[in-house]
Amino acid sequence: MKHQFDVIIVGAGLAGLRAAIELGEDTSVAVLSKVFATRSHSGAAQGGIGAALGNEEEDNWEWHMFDTVKGSDYLGDQDAIEILARDAPRTIYELEHLGVPFNRTPEGKIAQRAFGGHTRNFGEALVKRACFAADRTGRVILDTLWEKCLQGGIRFFDEFQLMSLIVSEGQCHGVIVYELASGKLHTLHSKAVLLATGGYGKVYKTTSNAFASTGDGLAIAFRAGAPLEDMEFVQFHPTGIYKLGILISEAARGEGGVLRNNEGKRFMELYAPVIKDLAPRDMVSRCILEEVRAGRGIDGKDYVHLDLTHLGEEVLNTKLAEITGFARTYSGVEPITEPIPVQPTCHYMMGGIAADADGKVITDSEGTPFPGLYAAGECACVSVHGANRLGCNSLLDILVFGRRAGKEMRRYIHTVGFSPLPANPEKEAAAKIATLMESNGNETGGPIREELQEVMMDKVSVFRNRSGLTEALEKVRELKGRYQKIAIQDKGNCFNRDLLDAIELDYMLDLAEVITLGALAREESRGAHSREDFPDRDDQKWLVHTMFRYSKEEGPQVFFKPVTITRFQPKERKY
Amino acid sequence: MKCTFIVYRFDPAVDKEPRYQEYMVEAEPTDKILDCLNKIRWEQDPTLSYRYSCAHGICGSDALMINGRIELACQKLVRDFKTANNFVIEPLPLFKVIKDLVVDMNPFFEKHRTVRPYLISDEDPPEKEWLQDPENQKFFEPALACILCGSCTAACPINRSNDKYLGPAALLRGFRYVADSRDTATGSRLAQLDNEDGAWGCKSMWWCTDVCPKSIPLTKSIAQIKRLIKEEEKRKTAGS
Repeated sequence: MKHQFDVIIVGAGLAGLRAAIELGEDTSVAVLSKVFATRSHSGAAQGGIGAALGNEEEDNWEWHMFDTVKGSDYLGDQDAIEILARDAPRTIYELEHLGVPFNRTPEGKIAQRAFGGHTRNFGEALVKRACFAADRTGRVILDTLWEKCLQGGIRFFDEFQLMSLIVSEGQCHGVIVYELASGKLHTLHSKAVLLATGGYGKVYKTTSNAFASTGDGLAIAFRAGAPLEDMEFVQFHPTGIYKLGILISEAARGEGGVLRNNEGKRFMELYAPVIKDLAPRDMVSRCILEEVRAGRGIDGKDYVHLDLTHLGEEVLNTKLAEITGFARTYSGVEPITEPIPVQPTCHYMMGGIAADADGKVITDSEGTPFPGLYAAGECACVSVHGANRLGCNSLLDILVFGRRAGKEMRRYIHTVGFSPLPANPEKEAAAKIATLMESNGNETGGPIREELQEVMMDKVSVFRNRSGLTEALEKVRELKGRYQKIAIQDKGNCFNRDLLDAIELDYMLDLAEVITLGALAREESRGAHSREDFPDRDDQKWLVHTMFRYSKEEGPQVFFKPVTITRFQPKERKY
Repeated sequence: MKCTFIVYRFDPAVDKEPRYQEYMVEAEPTDKILDCLNKIRWEQDPTLSYRYSCAHGICGSDALMINGRIELACQKLVRDFKTANNFVIEPLPLFKVIKDLVVDMNPFFEKHRTVRPYLISDEDPPEKEWLQDPENQKFFEPALACILCGSCTAACPINRSNDKYLGPAALLRGFRYVADSRDTATGSRLAQLDNEDGAWGCKSMWWCTDVCPKSIPLTKSIAQIKRLIKEEEKRKTAGS
């Protein structure tokens, strides 16, 4: 089946929806998503969205910019970070005007709370910068923007899996998608395509991410010629529920919660004397694992305690209601009286499809655009988060840059017509499905996925070294070989999860390879990338973005892109 | 430990009637029911279909009938059930089954649209935020926990005899906007809900509140709509 729209947006999380709203009612837009729109993983964002509103205490955008640059371990591009921090207050007011139900101060302004790495006056002390709606901030923004799209008559293709981009002569003009309910392929012809497909935490065993977070958009763009940037930077959030990885928001520490080791000691006081438990996530995750290595994990195991017992029932049941419920349901712990067992969990990908601040996908270190192809949100690397993202900057990122991508596409579609479709554009996707469905190979996806997630967790997580990374790379490549022999057992056309799992696994294998290659290449420690064999940051050699380009014959090819530094020169990073 | 799962199966391409299939699953007491379904699919029977995504009760994908009661599969653990490790898994009632445990949620979202689930204001927004009394925000805050999983509407007995009834989820969204001080369409919203397909369809049977996986006081919220409708009437009578 064929359809035609000015713009196709892949992904119905906040980046995609914000772009759709920006494109407006006079543009024909389709938003497609492999899950129903409100199931998108933006909805799992808990703690807040950062903006220097100054509603609770003095704050300004330049402090926010500095914190983000420092949080990124100086790898973030400062021109883009300036846009992010300056545009933040406008973004919040816009959300509020759309109806987002933020918590309020006694005077009725938007309430704000402290968050990791956000400080006043360039690191002097913590500042209250995160705007929030209890601990369901992402969820209420997602609902509000989705409903705004319904009001605007935006066309949704819910439960459609992206199969490929239609690219000819270096230009993108549509997508091929697979309809879950019918098993049919559809061709969506457009002038522009925005990839807003989110993260890929499912590459790791322990993750806060949804099952849908498999990085489909990145892997597809990569194979179509778009480079991936800074993929070795993977954020492990310090406080995932022990064994499960379910997120306990940083807001828990923003409201005053503290981490304790098996001696009951608040160990972050030693590592980050100024902002303590609200140090950036890369540091806190490393500190937890250092405590565990020193034998100070709880019961000698690989977790510590998050103590919220002093916050009182009122705060827990209102401002932290969701996470209090998670602790009760999944840990069997009552946070009002007992500490929550936590350990680092794969949470966020700083790397992604290389894109500029207007959402244009770029193809080289000079920023040459990939005509017709855009990316925004977690799947993109602009780069505002550099080597480590600060809490409450991701909701901000996806809304600021989702809007900017929408604006840019709106301009672009008036400058071009519809390019003719290539003959039989569905051919490749149809062949891929047929190969999987008709294969009589002796592998199934389940064990390959499990082994992938385990090796990435063991060798490519918080601490890394050459021998472990080399082992991981060999393993990932072995799994890629085995993947060629997998067979699908479900032969049906209706909600065939077996087939979808196999398609997603293919993408995850590609991304795992690039993450590992990037981690091997970068012989230094910066932000979330911590090499035991290269423990120091090396600005002489490594103050650059790592880029990988796809090559079918030779595997991913590395090149580098300079970092943009404007206001803040790199300094030692202390908190 | 060994658990028995009796799972509702229906593939429209093959089956004339739904059937039940039994699986043995090796599970821990702390496994989620969703984990068990995944084990069935990954280790025994990849043809089983169901929806899921976040796996911690926030995306709203996996509301199912578990041992005769509506629950989120990712929010209930094996140890939560006193059924001697036996489980019966069925799709949400009320909705049409597409395949196995996957149901057609379109009618649910169609009703959601009709309550105009977005802020309507005839005032120009200020330069900064609209000020809002924190007490007002708290008043409708419980409604913000809704994840649109459909549990309440599937459970509601009124929906079974009146398919035009908006149902608890859509009414809850209606309440959320009626109650929001920033919204200026309160009068027309209340008028829209002032009938048997709207708020008055609710007979306060509490089944929605009972099954809500987010513990939202649905019946009370619908009662608030009824109260506000009456107050609006009084105001109109007093004014005329």
